[in-house]
Order: sequence, then C-alpha cells, then structure tokens
Amino acid sequence: MTINEKQNQIIEEFSAFTDWIDKYEYLIETGKNLAALDEKHKTEQHLIKGCQSRVWIDAEYTDGKIIYKADSDAIITKGIISLLIEVMSGHTPSEIIDADLFFIHKTGLQENLSPTRSNGLLAMIKQMKLYAIAFKAKHNEL
Amino acid sequence: MIDIKNIRKDFPVLNTAVYGNPLIYLDNAATAQKPECVIQTVDELYRTCNANIHRGVHFMSEQCTEKYEQAREKIRQFINAEKKAEIIFTSGTTGAINTVATSFGERFVSSEDEIIISEMEHHSNIVPWQLLCERKGAKIKIIPFDDKGILRTDLLDELINERTKIIAVTHASNVLGTINPIKQIIAKAHKYNIPVLVDGAQAVPHENVDVRDLDCDFYVFSGHKLYAPTGTGVLYGKEKLLEQMPPYQGGGDMIATVTFEKTTYAPLPLKFEAGTLNFTDVIALGAAIDYINKTGLQNIAEYEHQLLDYATRKLLAIEGLKIYGEAAEKVALVSFLLNNIHHLDTGMILDKKGIAVRTGALCAEPLLAHFGKTGMVRASFAFYNTFDEIDALCENLEKISLMFK
Repeated sequence: MTINEKQNQIIEEFSAFTDWIDKYEYLIETGKNLAALDEKHKTEQHLIKGCQSRVWIDAEYTDGKIIYKADSDAIITKGIISLLIEVMSGHTPSEIIDADLFFIHKTGLQENLSPTRSNGLLAMIKQMKLYAIAFKAKHNEL
Repeated sequence: MIDIKNIRKDFPVLNTAVYGNPLIYLDNAATAQKPECVIQTVDELYRTCNANIHRGVHFMSEQCTEKYEQAREKIRQFINAEKKAEIIFTSGTTGAINTVATSFGERFVSSEDEIIISEMEHHSNIVPWQLLCERKGAKIKIIPFDDKGILRTDLLDELINERTKIIAVTHASNVLGTINPIKQIIAKAHKYNIPVLVDGAQAVPHENVDVRDLDCDFYVFSGHKLYAPTGTGVLYGKEKLLEQMPPYQGGGDMIATVTFEKTTYAPLPLKFEAGTLNFTDVIALGAAIDYINKTGLQNIAEYEHQLLDYATRKLLAIEGLKIYGEAAEKVALVSFLLNNIHHLDTGMILDKKGIAVRTGALCAEPLLAHFGKTGMVRASFAFYNTFDEIDALCENLEKISLMFK
C-alpha cells in the first residue's frame, strides 16, 4: 500500500467514531498493540522530551526502506505514534520526505498539534522526516 | 456562607461549553477566572479613564493615578501591611521574586553565601535564586519534605549558618497543597537575623494573610490567581529592607532626578516600579480585592475546605488512585495519579469531557522527583466550583480507569 492509501484507510476507520472518547479508545488499543521499544533504545538520542510525556523514536534502514520503532510513556501518545508508523514505515526515504500527512487533519488529530505540546505530533513527524533525510544523504538515494 | 448559584453568575466564563460539555474548571491554581466586576473595571477604564499615571498634570492622568494608588491601599489593607510604601506592584509572583533575588542579592549576597529554599518550591522560587548564585558564587540549600508532603522544619537549625543570607519558602505548595508553618519558620530565621521571603501565590486566594502577624520580610503573590487580570502581582517588603536595596530596573517613574553624571531615585514604592506599569489591570486587581472582601475570605476558605474534604474523600474511594500531599493543613487542591495511567492520558480524556485539570511537571520538577514522578494530575478548586463538578470529575476518572484496564 502507498502512504496515501494507508492514510485513507485510517481516515475511514476514524469516520466511524462519533466522539472523542471513541477515538481515544481506539488510540489506547493501537498504543497497547505497538511493540514496546527495547529499554536499551530508550536513550537520550532517541528521546523527544517535553513537559507532558516522553517519546522515543528509532529508525533502521533495510533494503532501501525505513522501519520505524517508537514508544511513549503515555498510551494515547503511543497510539498516535503507532498511526504514524503504520503510515510511514516500510517506505523509501524520498517517499517519507515527500509525504503529505493529510490524515492528521482529516481524523481531527491536529488538535494534538498545539505548539505548547512540543513533544506532540509535530515534533514526532519532524523527527521521523529527519531520519529519512539522514538516511537519504547517507545512502545517496536518488 | 457561599451562595453558590449567585457566585457562579458573577463569573461569565463558567457558562462556556467545551466540546459540547459545560466547562468544569478545576485549574484554578494555574489561573483563576474573573468576576464580572473585574472585567467591567478593565472595560470601563479603557472607555472612560486611560492616561499614564504619576506623570501628567491633566485631569485623567490624576484620576488614573488616584485609582492606582487606591489599589495599593486596598492591597495594603488586604495583607495588613503597615505602609503603602511597602506595597510594590510587579508583573506577578515571578516578577516579584526576581526583583528580590536580584536586588536583595546585589546588596546582601556574596561569594560562598547561602540561600535556603525548600524542596517543594515552584520553579519560580528556585530559578531566580540559582541565577543569583551563579552570579555571586553563592549556593542553595534545601529544606526537604517527608512523604506526606510536610516540610522538615526540624532540620532548619542544621541548615542555617552564619553564611545564610535569606530563606525563600512557599506559603502553600502548588502541588501538595501543604500550608507550611511559615510563622514558625520566620520566627526561627529571625533568631539568626535572617530575612524570609514567602511565596504566597497559592495561599493568598484561600487564606487570610497578615504580613505583620507573620512578620515576614517579603511576601509575594500574583493577581491572576486572585481573580484579577494577568500581568499583575505584588511584592510586599519591609520598608527598612527595601530602602537598603538598589532599584531592580531603571527607567521612568522610578527616578527623582536624572543627569548624565548622577541619577537619584524616587522614594518607595516607586523606586521599584520602573516604566509604565500595568496600571489598568492593577486598578482591576483592586476591584478583585473588593469582590473578595465582599464575599468574605473566611466564607471562601470554609467553602473551599468543604470542597477539598469532599474531593479528597471521593478521589480516595477510586480504586488505584493515589493522592500526593497528605498534610492536615492544605489549600484546596489535590494532585494525584490513577493506577499506572499516564497523567497526560488522564488529562486529555478529561479535557474532552470539558474538565480542565493541570497535568505534567506542574512547574515543580524537584518536588515530583521526590516521589520519582515526572508528572501528575492536579485538580484545584475555587469558591465557584461545586460538589457536582467533583462528582463529575470522579465519575470520569472511574471511566478512564476502565478504559485502560
């Protein structure tokens, strides 16, 4: 599936929810299902630190594609990251760099983008894209 | 007695809906809502009486100056200071502490000196002292608290020595709610001739404060937690100390004469009020004081204690909920964690139910570190909150608990 197809799938799932509590219940479930990051990867280097919750994002590059792993001490936050991983993981650095993440707006998750939550979605997306830029530079991907 | 129905009518924002739910505002320790009379005062001033204070000879300037000075007198009475010269308006508690840390520090603190603060301070009563210590090569000593959130004042004698220059301690903790025995701390400090600064930000809205009875040397608080506009605060200082301290900032209004060779400063309190202060909102702070006086601080305190007792009892009945701060004497706030649910998760879900609580480090990271935590949930009450709102909070916490099972 392309990044956009995956996004459309998430948007469709979210369209079934009538209120925020449903959305949160869904995010709690997805958060719980995301494999926890190994303690040894929960390092300062992978940490996006904020006043509210901690988020760790790690990435590896195999066969031209990026696989993301992430964790958070807050479950809803972890649920949101798992959506980002679902959308972006398994794609090439260029696809990730160019990705327009419209699902965030269409699912209403942009409400979690407030600038005071510096460890919010925006910081996570930035970090994921930075990994892509770094891998692209390192492997001279065209 | 608090007539809750009528009280709530005085605070227009309480009628707001959030995500389709009626707002339940339980973040009063962060900032309090404003009564109609305060809003009207600001509105009316900008419509009918706006001119810079202490400067013009013209009618409106004099009117504004008079109202501003009336607000100072209201504050003086409110905390029972001896003189108006001892009441300095600032931008808030933070502004007031920085004024003392800088100005008192400049005059009285040198290399190797010591400043005592407590483990339960808000960052605002930590960082200004750290900045001072960095400048002067002085150091900070800490009064710890026990696991119930009670300050270990028994250790004060060990902490104090001939190098101690000031003790800065909070009257009431913004996380634990603990009301500290500051009168006792001050009495002890004064035996060694050490002045004491009291951070009253969390105490003034809830308790009657008498600076002369406490005999504190400095007492600071914010207007915005006291139902007044943001950007207002008060620094009370004993005249004899303020006289000895150099001005904090230079500018207009704080001078007597200026030449390029030498400038002389205005007498207290203007010496510490450089530039155009937020005079409109200070006048509205006066209106907030009037409102509190009319309602009666004693009535407010009694009602809030009922809210606190009720909330504590109901919260503790929730399985897996732990309250941090179990002192017998508390202001009306409760910090807690629910099972192992992250404070942000709890806060985000409550938010969608229209319930505003504070989550996170609560501007007191060292305090939270005492319990090995990086965040908590805090519900803080004002006299316009109701028992029904506490019920709603608890019902939703029960639901959240189930969501995470």
